Amino acid sequence: MRPGWVLRLAAMAGYALLLAPALVVAVISFSAGDFLTFPPPGLSTRWYAALFSNGELMTALRNSAVLALLVASIALLAGIPAAYAIARLRFPGRDTIATLLVAPLLLPSLVLGLALLLALQPLKLAATWPGLVLAHSMVALPFAVRIMTTAFGAVPRDVEEAAWTLGATPFRAALRVTLPIAAPGALAAGALCFLVSFDETVISLFLVGPRLSTLPVEMFRYAETRTDPLVAALAMALIAVALVVVLLVERLVGFTRAMGRE
Amino acid sequence: MGARAGLLLILPAAAILAAGFVYPVLLLARISLNRTTDIGAMEEAVTLETFEQLVGDAFTWDLAWNTATLAAGSALAATALALPVALLIRAAPPRWRGLLSLMAVAPLLVSGTARVVGWLAILGDNGVVNATLMGLGLTDDPVRMINNWTGVRIGLTESLMPYACLVLIAGLGRLDPRLEEAAATLGATRSRTFLRVTLPLAAPALLAAFLLTFVLGVSAFVTPRLMGGGRVFVIATEIFDLALESVNWPAAAALAMLLLGALAVALVLRAVLVREAAR
Repeated sequence: MRPGWVLRLAAMAGYALLLAPALVVAVISFSAGDFLTFPPPGLSTRWYAALFSNGELMTALRNSAVLALLVASIALLAGIPAAYAIARLRFPGRDTIATLLVAPLLLPSLVLGLALLLALQPLKLAATWPGLVLAHSMVALPFAVRIMTTAFGAVPRDVEEAAWTLGATPFRAALRVTLPIAAPGALAAGALCFLVSFDETVISLFLVGPRLSTLPVEMFRYAETRTDPLVAALAMALIAVALVVVLLVERLVGFTRAMGRE
Repeated sequence: MGARAGLLLILPAAAILAAGFVYPVLLLARISLNRTTDIGAMEEAVTLETFEQLVGDAFTWDLAWNTATLAAGSALAATALALPVALLIRAAPPRWRGLLSLMAVAPLLVSGTARVVGWLAILGDNGVVNATLMGLGLTDDPVRMINNWTGVRIGLTESLMPYACLVLIAGLGRLDPRLEEAAATLGATRSRTFLRVTLPLAAPALLAAFLLTFVLGVSAFVTPRLMGGGRVFVIATEIFDLALESVNWPAAAALAMLLLGALAVALVLRAVLVREAAR
């Protein structure tokens, strides 16, 4: 049945609400004015210039990028073997561990952030790199495991068994045959983990300090205290990174599907 | 590769999980049983004192009521607004479906803080809405829509909508469109078909979407904090303040445990209701 005009109108209202804030932020980031007024009094790139010359925010950007790269690497290094074991092997406690690996996604980030603060502060690990890396890796790991379990599941067992028949050890077969076939999935998982860490706000709020902060936290604090278009330019920078990563994942996952069809 | 290899492969992931999740959450539970002394220091103990203080404090109940009504209202609005979006996607030609679905969940890629900034510009005293209202002469003074509950409700509804869309797109996709076509063939009007055929069929998906967004809304922090401008208090903002401003760890931990308990009840309820509705 073709959608009637009532449905079209209602859906358009829904889309308007969904997309309005992001679109407004995009426009305001190019504002020439001093406040978050929409429509802006004029257009300029002065707030992007202000953003890139803001030392604190640039340090936070560098911190976030380094952190996200570390977290993506760790999540993959820990997540790929775990996912392989869950997808391919039988061992006691497999189901328990598989469930536990996605458990962090069930708890609100606020509670996770508080729990991590209580655990890391007495160990003097709050507001340190190891503390942030551990916290973000824990949140990113379920995504890596979930994507890689699916990716390994999609690799036909025959291929691996053929390698065994040809004399490869199971370890060598997994490393040289199964893993390369699942590689697009691994890249997608890495990109997603990067994004999870790069955009993480709430847990980081509990774990940052004056010496070490991340970009989402700085943006949160900026939005809390000031209302000039700099924060819109900052938001756009974060959106741009997210968009690049998502397009990458889309391409890679599309690539995986194409491989599956062959 | 046998059991030993499996355990060995799991080890790194298990170590991260143990150090970054299991230990902190257990410690959270443990600290909720500690005591706060009169000078505000934490004292090792195994007592329910902190819980008793929280439950005996009317402010906690205000917070719980605020949180529950905010989450319920926003979840209801998000689900209702996501329904036409999901119905449109379902009825759209296949080549449009991908793009329309992507647009519906695109806000998830934009951080919550960024979207709040957008809302501040739309709903603020100098924002689009107030400029329009004053331009039309409907009001002389700007209507306050940020730094209060109105702003938080609008912002939270929008931030929950993509999740409602995800659940509804998946749920409605499974419904057979021929049932509605049959109703139309038999002479039912569009509104009647919607009310008597589509809506009952969509009920389980609507319920699932509402319950998911409700659970997410109960623990939302960024939107209430930023849209509320520090003037809106819910359980999430209180936990944050207790932990980082009052530095009262037992109270923060106990309130977090109460929140987890409430969420667990909601999740069990959801499982039961979804199973009932699916029957």
